[in-house]
Amino acid sequence: MPQLIGVPREIEAGEKRVATVPDVVEKLVKLGFRVAVQSGAGDAANFADDAYRAAGAEIAEDAAHLWASADIVFKVRAPSMAEVQLMRDGTTSSTTLVSFLWPAQNPQLMQALAAKKATVLAMDSVPRISRAQKLDALSSMANIAGYRAVIEAAHHFGRFFTGQITAAGKVPPAKVFIIGAGVAGLAAIGAASGLGAIVRANDTRPEVADQIKSLGGEFVPVEYVEEGSGVGGYAKVMSEGFQKAQAAVFAKQAKEVDVIITTALIPGKPAPRLITADMVRSMRPGSVIVDLAAEQGGNCELTEPGQVAVKHGVTIIGYTDLPSRLARQSSTLYATNLLRLTEELCKGKDGVINVNMDDEVIRGTTVVKEGAITWPPPPPKLSAAPAPKPAAKQVLPAPKGHGAASAPASAKATAIVFLAAAALFWFIGANAPAAFIGHFTVFVLACFVGYMVIWNVTPALHTPLMSVTNAISSIIAIGALVQVAPPIMEAADRPTAWIVALALISIALVAINMFGGFAVTQRMLQMFRK
Amino acid sequence: MSSTLLTVSYLGAAILFILSLGGLSSPESSRRGNLYGMIGMAIAVLATVAGPQVTKAGYPWIIAALVVGAAIGVYAARFVRMTQMPELVALMHSLVGLAAVLVGFANYIDPAASAGFKGAEKTIHEAEIYIGVLIGAVTFSGSIIAFGKLSAKISGKPMLLPARHWINLAGLLVVLWCGGWFINSHSIPEGMRPLVVMTVIALLFGIHMVMAIGGADMPVVVSMLNSYSGWAAAATGFMLSNDLLIVTGALVGSSGAILSYIMCRAMNRNFVAVIAGGFGTEGGKPVAAGAQPAGEVNPISATETADLLRAAKNVIIVPGYGMAVAQAQHTVYEITKHLRDKGVNVRFGIHPVAGRMPGHMNVLLAEAKVPYDIVMEMDEINHDFPDTDVAMVIGANDIVNPAAQEDPASPIAGMPVLEVWKAKNSIVMKRSMASGYAGVDNPLFYKENNRMLFGDAKKMLDEVLVALKA
Repeated sequence: MPQLIGVPREIEAGEKRVATVPDVVEKLVKLGFRVAVQSGAGDAANFADDAYRAAGAEIAEDAAHLWASADIVFKVRAPSMAEVQLMRDGTTSSTTLVSFLWPAQNPQLMQALAAKKATVLAMDSVPRISRAQKLDALSSMANIAGYRAVIEAAHHFGRFFTGQITAAGKVPPAKVFIIGAGVAGLAAIGAASGLGAIVRANDTRPEVADQIKSLGGEFVPVEYVEEGSGVGGYAKVMSEGFQKAQAAVFAKQAKEVDVIITTALIPGKPAPRLITADMVRSMRPGSVIVDLAAEQGGNCELTEPGQVAVKHGVTIIGYTDLPSRLARQSSTLYATNLLRLTEELCKGKDGVINVNMDDEVIRGTTVVKEGAITWPPPPPKLSAAPAPKPAAKQVLPAPKGHGAASAPASAKATAIVFLAAAALFWFIGANAPAAFIGHFTVFVLACFVGYMVIWNVTPALHTPLMSVTNAISSIIAIGALVQVAPPIMEAADRPTAWIVALALISIALVAINMFGGFAVTQRMLQMFRK
Repeated sequence: MSSTLLTVSYLGAAILFILSLGGLSSPESSRRGNLYGMIGMAIAVLATVAGPQVTKAGYPWIIAALVVGAAIGVYAARFVRMTQMPELVALMHSLVGLAAVLVGFANYIDPAASAGFKGAEKTIHEAEIYIGVLIGAVTFSGSIIAFGKLSAKISGKPMLLPARHWINLAGLLVVLWCGGWFINSHSIPEGMRPLVVMTVIALLFGIHMVMAIGGADMPVVVSMLNSYSGWAAAATGFMLSNDLLIVTGALVGSSGAILSYIMCRAMNRNFVAVIAGGFGTEGGKPVAAGAQPAGEVNPISATETADLLRAAKNVIIVPGYGMAVAQAQHTVYEITKHLRDKGVNVRFGIHPVAGRMPGHMNVLLAEAKVPYDIVMEMDEINHDFPDTDVAMVIGANDIVNPAAQEDPASPIAGMPVLEVWKAKNSIVMKRSMASGYAGVDNPLFYKENNRMLFGDAKKMLDEVLVALKA
């Protein structure tokens, strides 16, 4: 029996997003599910009921019926207490809810959901590991928020972003300063530089400098030595000394730039206060600040969450619903994130989900499992951010005996090798004639010389190296040369004809190698050029 | 020329050879390095011919043989295509091996050569002949088979006889036994028999050894044979009491050994395991081991590829053997040039074992005039993938397989790979969904940010180039 996915209309005031879109409905149906969408759910995001119907969804008239019949509920915002009451009672068959939830901020909601014996997957708790990126709805939303922040700033800013030289005079480009280069910050950098502004950005994590540059921004460093990457690729709280140095940098930027976009968030903590009232006062009139951390208290002292305020001539935008302001886009991305999650949950494509707690991604996302609260999850194992330099070569540790020789051998192994070598040398020294010892010395030393020389050869030249060593191994020609016509020819039983024939064939063969090898090496080396 | 003069000439030649190898440490000095090698070789040959060990009677013969060989060699070097370099090198190794065998036989049947030896000296001399012929024979037959495999005259698949390790062990025991017989024989005709038996076994062993090695391991085999040809020369040097041969042989031998080691490390494989052979076919179907990658493959057209490339700022191209097979390096260069003129930062990421011999890709790209300073090694470029917009994989498979890092059960687990999947987009050009030489399925193809451009590399790249220029 395929399970029914229900998508109710969002009831939060001003929320325009919807948890699924027609394109995704089609794919959910392909996975074997039935989908019911509440009538009018997609209206605010410009998705009509008919579009859902055409994609294979049923349209449910009232929310109560939808909540009661759905096995799985997809939502954007965390459910209200009233919505939780609409949920099925877990005694017969429990509901699985997928939405943003913010379990840390909503303990009562968690209790209520647990009481309903529900299973809840929180889209804000998706672990930050590479495999889970496709269902990372926070990133999707942050991306949109970053883009929209620039658009809002441009809307409230009284000038062009791009510099122009017109018949009516020269327009300087706007200067945009972006604090925090997470997903939202990077999206803002891209959008602002796309509009033609001069973009600067700062982040406590030094490794994002290259990402900032790649999007056309300029990295403004804080000259203070401290590593700012926390677990899971998020930022962490910095020391006091660092904060002072940082404030100085921000104060300087505030005087120079026209637009500041702040995106600094630390998981589970109130947003850090980075832009003081003094800094706002120092900005040029008409400047704009967009505070993406408004919901967590704001990065700017003067932010009024949810509002646009004008303070000291500076417009401070504190919208907390930026993704919702781009509802069609954010609904599409969010719906796709949910689809990816559903694929993870329903590996059999049979329309039945399986909340497999052994799967790291699903384990991290699930905050209530059949009435039991399973939040917080065990910490993620890997940082999603590129690891700092020393760990850059984090190839799996090689199994023993496989190329491990680059590490210094253990003292025991070294001792054994030396003992064996000593025994071998003693044996040779005790038994071999003097002439052999001379040659042997030459041989061993030459091996070492070869060893030392070859390590310096650049890998790009390995083919020429092989062909030149091959040419050099033609030195064996000397062995043949001395056999052709040695001075002591006349021994009675010497099969001279045989020897000369063998030697001459050898010389001819080796000559092919000698001339061919050097010629082909020369030809190859001619090709290497800057 | 006196014998002391001969000795210092040899010393000079040896130094020149060392300088020659040292010169290859960078492309700038490499041409001079090759010149040193040529001068060294010329000195060695001329000094030997003019020296006390060769009488005038031999001159016409020697010159004739040299001219014949030189003509063939230069002709081959002039007209070989760069994609055929691995075959040519393998073939040349076989010549050195065969020469070592012939010189060994000639030395043995020459009573004058061993006239002065008595007791332990005689034993050592005969052991040297025996070892020289042994290594030469293995090098000869092994190189011939490697040549056949590289030129696709023989299937690249490993041929595995049942109980192959026992066959090798039995061969080794017979060789040792023949060695004892050979050294204790009293006359040359009597010693001939074990020597011939051993030669035949060594030839068979060489064939068997290389037949059992898969196509992907060819870089190791080619450099290993290179090493053998050096050891064969060194053994001949001991036989003839010639220090120059010993030094040069040791140089070549150790250089080949190090190259083999570098190649093995690049594949995270044990040298012995490579030689023992059978990678990728052990137990019939290792594909079943490890998780099967699941998901959808997203194809892409040449035009869309061109669009992606045009929109990119950073592009890394990862070539593999497929590029060599399709002769696509010139088109790759045209695309590179076009993109670089447009300000796109195009670079190449070369895996140490890409292709069929060490450094194979570098030579092909150099042939196509790609500047060597944008051709990077794996370690230099691997951490740049996250900042790369498009990573383009041309005819490579195992060297970009994320299973090596992600799937401990994979047969190639732990092998260092180019992390193309970390780029924003990756495009894999491939003829079909077939797995690489290692016979391992590649989860990269199923990654969400990966696109597949199916078709012959040359043909598709031509289309991409046309679309780029449009």
